[in-house]
Amino acid sequence: MSVRVQEQDFDVGRELVALTDGRVDVGAVASFVGLVRDRNDGQGVSEMTLEHYPGMTQSALEDIVGQAQARWDLLDVLVVHRYGRLMPGDKIVLVLVSSAHRGEAFSACEFIMDFLKTGAPFWKKEATPQGSRWVDARDSDTEAAQRWEAK
Amino acid sequence: MNIRLLFFASLREKLGVSAEDLALPGEVDTVGKLREFLARRGNDWVSITGDVRLRAAVNQRMAEAATPVRDGDEVAFFPPVTGG
Repeated sequence: MSVRVQEQDFDVGRELVALTDGRVDVGAVASFVGLVRDRNDGQGVSEMTLEHYPGMTQSALEDIVGQAQARWDLLDVLVVHRYGRLMPGDKIVLVLVSSAHRGEAFSACEFIMDFLKTGAPFWKKEATPQGSRWVDARDSDTEAAQRWEAK
Repeated sequence: MNIRLLFFASLREKLGVSAEDLALPGEVDTVGKLREFLARRGNDWVSITGDVRLRAAVNQRMAEAATPVRDGDEVAFFPPVTGG
C-alpha cells in the first residue's frame, strides 16, 4: 500500500506500471482519476486551491485504504492526492487498486473514493468570475459513503 | 491543561486564525465542552457551536462531541471535507 499527498502532478501510466511491475499475480487493476472542471454549480471556475490538514491527510487516507484491504482481497493500492493551486484540466487524485480478479478492484476503488470524499481532510476553494468561494460538501457524497455500511 | 487548536478552510478565514495554543480549565475535557467554551468568545466564534456541520479532530483523528480532550492534545475544527 502506498499513499502520497503532494503538490506536484503525477503520471498515471508510470504509476500503473510501477504498481504491477515484476508481478504475475495481478489479474486486474482498477483506476480512478479526479480532475478539476471548468464549471461547478452553474459558474465558471478559473482556478482551484486545495487546502489540507498536513498531519492528518496521510493517516486518514491510510486508514481508508486499510479498511478496503480488510474488506476485499487486494494485492496493492496506490492513492495520490494533490494540494495547492490547480487549474481546470489538472489532475487532483489518483486511486489504483490491483487484485487477482476485477470485482475486488472495482469495488475497492469506488469504496476508497467514497470514503476519501467524506473522511480525508481536504477543502476546495474555487476562483469564479464572481470571486472565490469554498466548495460545499454534497449530501450525495455522504450518501455514497453510507451505502457501503448496508452492504 | 494546555492544548493546540487548529482551524481550516472557511472556518480559518472566518475566525482569522489558523492555530492557537490555549490553556483550558480542567472541566473542559471533551470536544463538545471545548466547542461551548470557544463559542463563549462571542462574535464569529459562536459558529463553533452554531454550525452543526462543523467537524472536529483530536490528534488527527475524526472526533465526536464526547471525544475526550487531554493535556497536550491537538484539536482541529473544520467544515465538511471536499477533497477528491
